[in-house]
Amino acid sequence: MPDQLLFAMEVMLNGLMAGVMYALVALGFVLIYKASGIFNYAQGVLALFAALTLVGIQQGQVPFAHLINAVTGLHITHFGWTVPSALAILLTLGVMVALAIVIEKLVLKHLVNQPPIILFMATIGMAYFLEGFGDVMWGADIKKLDVGLPQGISETVESATDAMFGYGFFIDNLDIVATLVAVALVAALTIFSQYSKQGRALRAVADDHQAALSVGISLRFIWILVWSIAGFVALVAGIMWGSKSGVQFSLSLIALKALPVLMLGGFTSIPGAIVGGLIIGVGEKLFEFFAGPLIGGATENWFAYVLALVFLVFRPQGLFGEKIIERV
Amino acid sequence: MNAMTEGYMTADGRKIGGVLMELKNITLRFGGVVAIKDISFDIRDGEIRAIIGPNGAGKSSMLNVISGFYTPTEGSVWFKGYQRGPMRPYQVAQLGIARTFQNIALFDGMSVLDNIMTGRLTLMKSGLLSQALWWGGAAHEEDEHREKVEKIIDFLEIQNIRKTPVGRLPYGLKKRVELARALAAEPKMLLLDEPMAGMNVEEKEDMCRFILDLNDEFGTTIVLIEHDMGVVMDLSDRVVVMDYGKKIGDGPPDEVRNNQDVIDAYLGVSHD
Ligand SMILES: Nc1ncnc2c1ncn2[C@@H]1O[C@H](COP(=O)(O)OP(=O)(O)OP(=O)(O)O)[C@@H](O)[C@H]1O
Ligand SMILES: [Mg+2]
Repeated sequence: MPDQLLFAMEVMLNGLMAGVMYALVALGFVLIYKASGIFNYAQGVLALFAALTLVGIQQGQVPFAHLINAVTGLHITHFGWTVPSALAILLTLGVMVALAIVIEKLVLKHLVNQPPIILFMATIGMAYFLEGFGDVMWGADIKKLDVGLPQGISETVESATDAMFGYGFFIDNLDIVATLVAVALVAALTIFSQYSKQGRALRAVADDHQAALSVGISLRFIWILVWSIAGFVALVAGIMWGSKSGVQFSLSLIALKALPVLMLGGFTSIPGAIVGGLIIGVGEKLFEFFAGPLIGGATENWFAYVLALVFLVFRPQGLFGEKIIERV
Repeated sequence: MNAMTEGYMTADGRKIGGVLMELKNITLRFGGVVAIKDISFDIRDGEIRAIIGPNGAGKSSMLNVISGFYTPTEGSVWFKGYQRGPMRPYQVAQLGIARTFQNIALFDGMSVLDNIMTGRLTLMKSGLLSQALWWGGAAHEEDEHREKVEKIIDFLEIQNIRKTPVGRLPYGLKKRVELARALAAEPKMLLLDEPMAGMNVEEKEDMCRFILDLNDEFGTTIVLIEHDMGVVMDLSDRVVVMDYGKKIGDGPPDEVRNNQDVIDAYLGVSHD
């Protein structure tokens, strides 16, 4: 096979893997949008907050240490213990569920029956609050996240492709893990939503509030559930992105990568988020590969949006999105 | 007085029980609009109770008070002898009160079967964790519910559309699916807001038959809003008549039919 083609194939594979990462973030948006019609601006910050909390718990950081020290004149930063990754992840999940309950009790509960734009603005408020709150709680410095996921280039893939084509593909181990996790996550969410009692209730709420109430579903419980699941997805995304590039403010900007994915896949479709993520991932990597050198590179920053815009013109509801209803 | 607590026998031999629900001095206001003015009546166990009245009389509002969608501004609701505190609709549903809507509220994106299955949510025991960790038990439970739902599907004769997304069904069938979903909850009391509106004669006859059959077979208490007087006369044991938010008649169908106030309301005689 010609080198150019093999190289393009490698780029494409890398694009697929990047796409999975985008899809992970987009998934969080879709879940909340489907169940409550809210575009959750805070989803990216949720991932940042989850990653910060995970690192903090793992390393035995004292929450609000800065605040405590400032008030009491002490100089504590760490408890002096470390928490095993698995336990730390579970504890972080607990924190995300608690956060979901707080959000429902303090914000959503009071905004029932408000127009979507009000709810959207509330999530903007939440995003900035949570960003600051995360800083106060865990400190604003850049942190390294290591939950024991394999790092570096996969030698298995490299040697296998080398044997096959005489050209070894460079694929990140972490990307492979992320792909497997994403597949498992989507499978689990699909099974949950199709076959469990709560999943059915969740779909019912997403479809019609009145009817959901009439069959005995508590909207508030479902909202807490949805935000908890979104928190869980944010945690997974936070772990993957945090392991890749460290835990810092820029992690919350992955939400910006999810936006074109949503425009492409539709706001209401889980498969749409996945396929949209893959198209964007592959598209931007291939475009950079072929057109980047011609127009001076750095196309990855904007290509996704252009692709999504072009798409939007022809299919406003996205690939798999439901037809746009005037009510939305 | 004894009849009040002990119930009575109908002409066609059905046994009507004691008072299941009592509405006492219900008033409901929306800002300046008074939708219900100081209305009291009771609903007996096993009874088919109709609410009739001209458009805008407050019938749907009354049903919404019973189902917890509206909280009455004044007055109290008594169910099985206990006063009901302010309740959310989902809590009322969990008490065994199911309903349908005047403007059909189904889950359009789901299949007929899934729609009806949601009706059983309140009866499902398996919680979130047991479902995640103990698939066998949860799956077994799902099968049991499926069986019950299939019986309802047979009963309402909608076998051939069980996999169809509800959004694609014609109006008459949607109404039937909505009834099926309400029935799936095995309710003690069933609230039907104009279940036959917009149906042709044949569909209406089917619906009448279903309502009579389920009342007869399962002893379900039914509160029904209906404009078709023929249907009301045929189906109901007792009728409440509303006009401009007030109760202007209450009793067996033929008695109500001959009530002068009711005749005036329907003929549009001006109020003094
Ligand atoms: N949510 C609401 N907000 C404000 N006003 C309302 C509301 N619901 C009902 N009303 C008013 O209360 C009055 C009674 O309405 P309701 O829907 O109960 O009448 P109805 O007897 O069911 O009429 P129809 O036969 O047309 O269904 C009407 O004047 C209506 O405009
Ligand atoms: Mg009405």
